[in-house]
Amino acid sequence: MLFFLARRVGMMLLTALCLTVLVFYLTNLPAKLETLAKTQAGARISDAEVASWLERNGYGAPMPVRYGEWLGVVPGWVHESPDGTLRGRCIARAADPAEAPTYCGLLQGYWGWSTRFNDAVGSVIATRLGATGMLMLWVMIVMVPSALAVGVLAGMREGSRADRTLSTGAIVSTATPEYVSGVVFIAFFASSTVGLSPLLREWGLLDSPVLFQGNARSAMEGITFWNFTLPVVTIALYGMGYIARMTRASMTEVMTQQYIRTARLKGASFRAIVLKHALRNALIAPFTVIMLQFPWLLNGVVIVEVLFSYPGFGWTLVEAAGNNDIELLLACAVVAVVVVLLTQLISDIGYVYLNPRIRIS
Amino acid sequence: MEELGWGAIFARMAMQFMPVWIGLVAVFALSIGFKRRLGLYGKLFDSKVGMVGFAIVLFWLFTALFADMIATHDPLGQLRGLRNAVPGTPLPDPDGGYEYYLLGGDSRARDVFSRMVMGAREVLKIAPAATLFAFMIGITLGLPAGYFGGRLDTSLTFLANLVLAFPVILLFYLLVTPEIVETGIPMYMAAVLFLMPIIFLTVLWNSRYFVQPWKRNLYIAVTLVIGLWAYAGLAFNADPLGVWGMSPNILNVFVAVVFVNAPTVFRIVRGLTMDIKSRDYVAAGQTRGEGSWYIMLWEILPNARGPLIVDFCLRIGYTTILLGTLGFFGLGVSPESPDWGSTINDGRRLLTAFPHPALVPAFALMSLVLGLNLLADGLREESLRD
Repeated sequence: MLFFLARRVGMMLLTALCLTVLVFYLTNLPAKLETLAKTQAGARISDAEVASWLERNGYGAPMPVRYGEWLGVVPGWVHESPDGTLRGRCIARAADPAEAPTYCGLLQGYWGWSTRFNDAVGSVIATRLGATGMLMLWVMIVMVPSALAVGVLAGMREGSRADRTLSTGAIVSTATPEYVSGVVFIAFFASSTVGLSPLLREWGLLDSPVLFQGNARSAMEGITFWNFTLPVVTIALYGMGYIARMTRASMTEVMTQQYIRTARLKGASFRAIVLKHALRNALIAPFTVIMLQFPWLLNGVVIVEVLFSYPGFGWTLVEAAGNNDIELLLACAVVAVVVVLLTQLISDIGYVYLNPRIRIS
Repeated sequence: MEELGWGAIFARMAMQFMPVWIGLVAVFALSIGFKRRLGLYGKLFDSKVGMVGFAIVLFWLFTALFADMIATHDPLGQLRGLRNAVPGTPLPDPDGGYEYYLLGGDSRARDVFSRMVMGAREVLKIAPAATLFAFMIGITLGLPAGYFGGRLDTSLTFLANLVLAFPVILLFYLLVTPEIVETGIPMYMAAVLFLMPIIFLTVLWNSRYFVQPWKRNLYIAVTLVIGLWAYAGLAFNADPLGVWGMSPNILNVFVAVVFVNAPTVFRIVRGLTMDIKSRDYVAAGQTRGEGSWYIMLWEILPNARGPLIVDFCLRIGYTTILLGTLGFFGLGVSPESPDWGSTINDGRRLLTAFPHPALVPAFALMSLVLGLNLLADGLREESLRD
């Protein structure tokens, strides 16, 4: 087990390293750097000014060297301007330039400086991740129980009318990407002129102008039912169908097993069979699916956060990518990759614990 | 002129879709008539779900084909006074053209209905082809990885997992930008990715007709001539006759979508190969002295077709969603483009006041993906039955 874990963690580090090299390369292409210089120093600067801006801000060194700086294995850049002031990657971190550390990179716990938000990347990522964590938490609370319930209800009597209806519902939900359902929800629930809200107001059932809010920015101060429902439901809906279908497939398979027949023959009620004998066995497969769903949720999170302008991790990623904020983008990539690989690991380990027939060799 | 009611709008839309209805009726009549002779395709017509899905997919396919006949206006044409017009608004000055904006106008006074119809063409031009490419690449790499195993398998799986660990949207933001087009990276990627189908077909013919050199040479020659001709045109935009070609933007989108899809297909094919490899008929083939590629392509692949066909349908739907995502973030497409993703993105700014410009393409995209999912479900049901 320990060997297995060590190998997986080693694999994870290698993958993360490869991906950061790739992201670093793609964000540091000359054309991209030129865009960065123009967004930072003004759009109308000449090519020579672009070159000197890049030189002054530490983008002049060859790419592998700068990657090493970011990683913390190569001394950070230092630039001395004609009037004698020192600027450098590590100098901003210490009060006195003379005391600044030589190395400051990922290995030293320094994630870099965000050019878009003008703040340390570490703190930007931490606050944004917290916001997204809240969103994910609610998505999980809504999505997992309802998906499992739908799957179990559909799968316990295969081919029945309930099964047909629920399965079709699950297919519809997997066919509705977040940017479609989000747009539909906003139009129906969050508009004061069309959809449900004016109707409800006419009937006197609604005091506020809209039923739900189509903009979740206020959720940063305090999450309410009013401002958080639509983003949560939008993400949950797309993932729900897939989990429900997996649960259904696993449930129908379990319901045809010998031990279910035995339980039925000994006279156990249908309720008891489903709850006591079938449910636990049927939930093994969906567990892996739920864990593997995280990377997909990450996509949904990006779309929904942009759509509802909720400043979380996904919104930050889009901002960073749009402004070619290299170090923020690298941090986003690292976080995303770690999330993906960690959930894969948890799903593998959890599968072993849930299913004693599997052994890790 | 009066503004149209919803009944009249739908009646008029149904009239516009006439070529589609005719095509649908013809295909369904023929298929149901000969369904016993058509194999898996014929069996699809035994399943209600499959038939509904197929009808929806076919609807959009015909819409894309006959888009010029169906569209009532120029999808890029802007008419004064029709900004954010509600559905069914009559044109102030029809001038011999169609008299109404059936589904209203968008924020730049363009016809929403025509843009939706033309958007179908944009989507169906890329999604099935990109999926097909992803499949050919996944198969060409997945078969040997699963069959031979060993170091080849380890390294290919590592690469596939590498791509899969990347958040799709981050990848799109890095790959689908004008700066990347300038560097020529999409072209190099296309150069590698587009070579795979040619390799696939060449190996396919070579392994099958190895003992009939004359036939083999003919097939391979035809594949190479057409393949390399298309290759030169599509990947390098250097077709001497100018038949094949893709604009750099479309190529960029195409390559990105193929790149995202291929590793998943690779994993599926690899898993299936490892499963089928242990069957008796493969052992029999090995004992007879059949070549590895013959076994892979002509023994294993046909026996893996069921799950692959089902996944193919699902994956076209997924690719459609990905293209929509690209449009939604405004990546890789021209801002005027009528494709559904960017139309949704355009419409969402005024969503709470004028929802129709965003809702129409949203429902169109959803129905196409739903149709593909239902079709896959029907196919899965029918292929499991035998």
